[in-house]
Amino acid sequence: MTEHSPEPAVLDDPVRVALELSAVSAGGAVGAVARHLVSTTAVPAGFPWVTFTVNVSGCLLIGVLVVVSARAVPRLPWVRPLLGVGVLGGWTTFSTYALDAQRLWSRGDLPEGVGYVVGTVVAAIVAVGLGVWATERVLRRGIR
Amino acid sequence: MTLLWVALGAAVGAPARHGTDRVLRRLRPGLPYGTLTVNVVGCFALGCLVGSDAGPAWQAALGTGACGAFTTYSTFAVDAFLLARGRRRLVALGYTIASVSLGLVALAAGLALTG
Repeated sequence: MTEHSPEPAVLDDPVRVALELSAVSAGGAVGAVARHLVSTTAVPAGFPWVTFTVNVSGCLLIGVLVVVSARAVPRLPWVRPLLGVGVLGGWTTFSTYALDAQRLWSRGDLPEGVGYVVGTVVAAIVAVGLGVWATERVLRRGIR
Repeated sequence: MTLLWVALGAAVGAPARHGTDRVLRRLRPGLPYGTLTVNVVGCFALGCLVGSDAGPAWQAALGTGACGAFTTYSTFAVDAFLLARGRRRLVALGYTIASVSLGLVALAAGLALTG
């Protein structure tokens, strides 16, 4: 690494860090408000389909974004902080997921609770894989 | 009005997650300790909040907004996916099980503490 290597300086540049945190903050607010709107408008109580759908859809989209931002980041450095860390991070939630599971268990729905916990994990990771796979496929086809 | 509370909480929670992740990534590279930490801490905080008698505005700001945005399912799933894809399948499995079980225990602990 040479004296002129830009990497560490760029990483620690306070202006850049502040801009990045602002993008994450704004994106996070948008994602969380969207999640709140969905959670207050939809479906009757019972199985926590809303959190499930929110989390799995966010995982599908982040799968797409991981591939897109890996290729576009040199030109569009704000994509990942704003859309990935911010919007999708604010849209999806781990804490409400845990609370949903606890509520299912505390009212005696043990099988449903276990199904929800495991089902969300599996669906989320499959969704990431699907997003990555489909996007890589589309981009490869576009490049060739 | 509730929307404003959610937005305000998330506007703080999301960058707090990012900051934690940045610091832990640098201190302990190789494994996603940052995401693990924010998810477990966020679950504990939500447990405390739900167990307390905080009003609806606080629940919206701190629960839906701050805890919701401080924790993340998307980065958690990406972490697990990338570990598995990088042929670290056992690590991916361990990370997933640790995140979920510690998150659930932390939430229950928070509820028990304030409830």
